[in-house]
Amino acid sequence: MTDIHASVTARRDKPKGRLERLRDSDLWWSFSRSRSAVGAAIALGLVILTALFAPLLSPQNPYDLAALELWNAELPPVWMEGGQMPYVLGTDVQGRDILSGILYGTRVSVFIGIASVLVSLGVGVLAGLTAGFFGGWVDNVLMRVGDVLLSIPIILVAILVSSVAQALLPPHLREAGISVVLVLAIAMYSWVQYARVVRAQTMVERRKEYVQASRLVGTPARRLMLKHILPNTLTPVFVTATLNFGLAILIEATLSFLGVGMPPNQPSLGTLIRVGNQYLFSGSWWIVLFPSIQLCILVVAVNMLGDWLRDALNPKLR
Amino acid sequence: MISAEPILSVTHVSKQFDVSAPWLNRVLERKPKLFVNAVNDISFSIPRGSCLSIVGESGCGKSTVARLVTGLNSASSGEIRFGRGSGGRPVRVQMIFQDPHSSLNPRWRVGDIIAEPIREMKLRATEAETHQRVEELLHTVGLAADDMRKYAHEFSGGQRQRISIARALASEPELLVCDEPTSALDVSVQAQILNLMRRLQEEFGLTYLFISHDLSVVRHMSDTIAVMYLGRIVEMAPAEALFRAPQHPYSRLLLGTIPDIHAPRRDRALQAGEPPSPLNPPTGCTFHPRCPIATEHCKRIVPDLQTRAGAQVACLNL
Repeated sequence: MTDIHASVTARRDKPKGRLERLRDSDLWWSFSRSRSAVGAAIALGLVILTALFAPLLSPQNPYDLAALELWNAELPPVWMEGGQMPYVLGTDVQGRDILSGILYGTRVSVFIGIASVLVSLGVGVLAGLTAGFFGGWVDNVLMRVGDVLLSIPIILVAILVSSVAQALLPPHLREAGISVVLVLAIAMYSWVQYARVVRAQTMVERRKEYVQASRLVGTPARRLMLKHILPNTLTPVFVTATLNFGLAILIEATLSFLGVGMPPNQPSLGTLIRVGNQYLFSGSWWIVLFPSIQLCILVVAVNMLGDWLRDALNPKLR
Repeated sequence: MISAEPILSVTHVSKQFDVSAPWLNRVLERKPKLFVNAVNDISFSIPRGSCLSIVGESGCGKSTVARLVTGLNSASSGEIRFGRGSGGRPVRVQMIFQDPHSSLNPRWRVGDIIAEPIREMKLRATEAETHQRVEELLHTVGLAADDMRKYAHEFSGGQRQRISIARALASEPELLVCDEPTSALDVSVQAQILNLMRRLQEEFGLTYLFISHDLSVVRHMSDTIAVMYLGRIVEMAPAEALFRAPQHPYSRLLLGTIPDIHAPRRDRALQAGEPPSPLNPPTGCTFHPRCPIATEHCKRIVPDLQTRAGAQVACLNL
């Protein structure tokens, strides 16, 4: 009897490590029971890992023009007649290996996706916190700016921004600058969603009594916002961020497909699809098909994870 | 403990809230600005070491009084003056809130919640001293030092209210404003919390401004009771005098609703009507539509508080 009691208290009192707490949580339970979430996570993990280790995995460095040999141009995938190793998925018109192109291209796409999510999350969370906390004209100005930005089609904005930037940037910065410009163009549009989510939650939280109790001891507004309110608004922000990651990759791909995104010498998935598209009718379907499949897997996996997260964190659906 | 100099004196304080529709709606729908007089010309003072309670139905403005005294809202007119605190510093005011679920930040550990006033107001020089002080406070309110590492959701309602009290005590206040501190708790737990609060009053020489709608709770705690109706004090009397011989018809009505264990089937006066909307209060004495002894001139004249048989009563017909 006493033994049982002792062991129960011992278990309760032992401070748990982060990993252990994660495995105990509702979120992990719901994750491990959702087949689509586990599947999506595995697919996403594979795509991102292979992209990260692209230099080790890919048979060829697609950026190295000296490695390209024109007599290897437009080779079909290995399982077809005329295909040859190591060009598993064939080559494009310049003799570039498709698989290597995809791995490096995914890298660019994922980088731009993550960077634009981080930038828009930072801007959006700060704007939403400020608008929700202070209300009044601050709220009006910030949110109306957001409304105006949302009313312009994103592709239009991005085309405008990136073509203006390309014209303005000095030539030696153009190649390095283009990915930064893309990130900013995407972030300029998507911060509004974070701002709206955080603003709504902030307006609920700032009225709560724990905020007022803290106000009574003279906590300044900045600390009230960052230490009290912000942690209580983050749950929906994570969901928005996951879904927006997929969206950002798609927007980047669209821009690159339209020719205002990443240039062909440092291609993203969108650039690969654009280049490949020109050879579709000459019979070299593999140049466009494989990058497209990779883009599909990436975006669908991200969106499935986002959908699962949204449901798992919604207390009404438990 | 009770000294002559009041720790808090409130003179002719009123508070108006602007509840108008937004400017554009007002212009389009031709509606006037709307104000609510939540608190209307009230005056009272609390001697050091005593407890003044404010009772009344919901919506009578008693919580607004609490927020005015703590400075969470500022008064529209009138003066709120504090006496001299110990050691010449200004009187420190803290507040205990009604809802023990929203008054503690769900993402903070209890130790951090209680330490917040100490850190914010720099009451202790080092983190070790702060830690020690938090332990001491937890003991004072009847919790264990171990509880520091837990989160608020791991506690019951009564325990959370103890944490709230510990946080309020952390800033070494002299005046504690308690806004319905027990109304969210079970009856048995209510008694524990009230006894704790009385013990603390004796131990630390605290002064209480106690807000409640529950007369039996108020009777247990207070030296003086103020009865509020629609933003005005209608009767203010020593606690026992009020319970023995309520004078204002509204006080009589309130006391008539308390169940009596010695006369369970006594003929209780039925509550006549509901409190009118503070948006559109009755003319003259605001209680006249529900008052059994109202006469014609009650509809025109607003009664002032007058001393009568050891109490202050605002009624024209006594």
